[in-house]
Amino acid sequence: MSAATAFEKARAEDRAALVGYLPAGFPDVEASIAALRTMVDAGCDVIEIGLPYSDPVMDGPTIQTAAQQALEAGTRTSDVLRVVEAVAGTGTPTLVMTYWNPVERYGTERFARDLAAAGGAGLITPDLTPDFAPEWIAAADAHDLDKVFLVAPSSTDERIAMTTAACRGFVYATAVMGVTGARESTSDLAGPLVARTHRTTDLPVGVGLGVSNGAQAAAVAAYADGVIVGSAFVRTLLDHPGDAAAGRRALGSLTEDLAEGVRA
Amino acid sequence: MELDQQHGADALGWFGGTGGFGGRFMPEALIAALDELDVAWRDALADPAFTEEFQRLLREYAGVPSALYDATRLSAEAGARILLKREDLNHTGAHKIRNVLGQALLTKRMGKTRVIAETGAGQHGVASATAAAYLGLDCTVYMGEVDTERQALNVARMQLLGAEVVPVTSGSRTLKDAINEALRDWVASVDHTAYLFGTAAGPHPFPSLVASFVRGIGDEARQQCLDLTGSLPDAVAACVGGGSNAIGLFAGFVDDPGVAIYGFEAGGEGVDTDRHAATIHAGSVGVLHGARTYVLQDEDGQTVESHSISAGLDYPGVGPQHASLAATERATYVPVTDDQAMAAMSRLARTEGIICAIESAHAVAGALELAKQRPGQTLLVNLSGRGDKDMGTALEYFGLGEAGRESDT
Repeated sequence: MSAATAFEKARAEDRAALVGYLPAGFPDVEASIAALRTMVDAGCDVIEIGLPYSDPVMDGPTIQTAAQQALEAGTRTSDVLRVVEAVAGTGTPTLVMTYWNPVERYGTERFARDLAAAGGAGLITPDLTPDFAPEWIAAADAHDLDKVFLVAPSSTDERIAMTTAACRGFVYATAVMGVTGARESTSDLAGPLVARTHRTTDLPVGVGLGVSNGAQAAAVAAYADGVIVGSAFVRTLLDHPGDAAAGRRALGSLTEDLAEGVRA
Repeated sequence: MELDQQHGADALGWFGGTGGFGGRFMPEALIAALDELDVAWRDALADPAFTEEFQRLLREYAGVPSALYDATRLSAEAGARILLKREDLNHTGAHKIRNVLGQALLTKRMGKTRVIAETGAGQHGVASATAAAYLGLDCTVYMGEVDTERQALNVARMQLLGAEVVPVTSGSRTLKDAINEALRDWVASVDHTAYLFGTAAGPHPFPSLVASFVRGIGDEARQQCLDLTGSLPDAVAACVGGGSNAIGLFAGFVDDPGVAIYGFEAGGEGVDTDRHAATIHAGSVGVLHGARTYVLQDEDGQTVESHSISAGLDYPGVGPQHASLAATERATYVPVTDDQAMAAMSRLARTEGIICAIESAHAVAGALELAKQRPGQTLLVNLSGRGDKDMGTALEYFGLGEAGRESDT
């Protein structure tokens, strides 16, 4: 199921969609499935599942720490697909966010086939731009998968147009120039970037990087079609080491706060 | 100083054709900066004033051209004529100064005020700090925590030159993680900061850009060899980590089909162990730090930690042009173990009175093996750096430093 379905539903309710991220296998595979289901139950409209990678250039320390724990716990690409299957089974559009090398190593066509078979909606690719993605674009199209590429404040208008033309599902706007991580205030670069992106496409535009509470989510929801939250979710679990139940309770509370935010 | 069109990358950074090696696998946030750099670099190379200033700086400040030295005592032992391109005599002690002076000049030309760099052994960090000091730029150097410990003297050098050295504690705490951290800094500071990439790897245009600034090694060596011997060498050799000194040397000879080209990788404790950095010999094709190339990786595409006694070669990737030269068999890449390199370091010191960097000792070791296959031939070896920085490692490896005790090396 394309992520566009969830964005359309949110738009029909005159609100933004809440997109939630956690890495697969953090703190272990089963616990990550339980945590992601908690986020679905508490109000996430779209789920992003991170594929833990050894060299995550765009990730800040919070997500990198979680991904490292997942790798140390032995998380494999096949485990990521298992998590996708478990979460997609809830009926919530579920995408994988991944750096490119693990996909290329798995085999681009094979990955697309197995992701589709697991019920996954598609891929978000932080280090793959459409001009270097012909194999992925072909495989995704063949398997009816979403292709979510990123736009940034530094993107030229020409590149935004090129990027959105290649996207399917939604467009991911990185709101700040920097790595992932919760921030005190959201970026003043985000609004203009979303406006520039909207001028090139009818696809929904989600804004990522930095949101950590309902008030910030509401501020972003005022101009974006989706609010993407990652580090803040990861933080709740990191703050409750060894107590999965408490972590999930905190995760549920944060999700509810953010879900109210996108409806404000 | 022209781009090598035949062996260089195409407009998207592919070596060996679209989808081959190289390219640009990078966050969209950095694409504008990479495009800006690409345009500025091509514009600078076409500007005689820029190339003249670059050549003047190399000549008057860096001590370039470096000498080509006929290593007669080593040759007599080896059974082949070994010529050493003495990049160890450059200012800051390595070939790296060529690259950073080019990139730092480019930074000034682009109107940026700060440079960042990553470093393994510290040679690139010291060179970057030096160029930044000379040109009045702020400088931050990222260095894996492990490397800050084994290269403490170079950390002190960088600090004395006014650079901030940031120890990187993520991942394997070595060069690859320093690159990740520098890229993260760059995403957040790209409006006023240039990334002085330390080797001929990374996203387009870095592999081509770095090659263009260091190709003087090969161009000079080719002419010097002709002047000295009246003919071209039978083979050229260089060590390969990321591969900048090697690509600089190879650039001068890649169009000479009669000259064999050898790259010597870090075989560490042996390529049949998991403790090496022989990326081309034992790696597989993947994407790391923005380029498709040979990578040490596991079945899932996770980067595997590399090992070399030389911090400068301790990198699980390699420049994409080397990957292309290996795939087309224009160049041959062979692993050299830690022990072989250290033995060569000692042998060169005792026969010629030259203490080379452990990186360069890999090339010397490779050449000594090559001499057995090519007796009487002329082998031109790039001595990419000097060994001052490696004395701590040498002291430990050989058990040196105790007066009255004779080393058994």
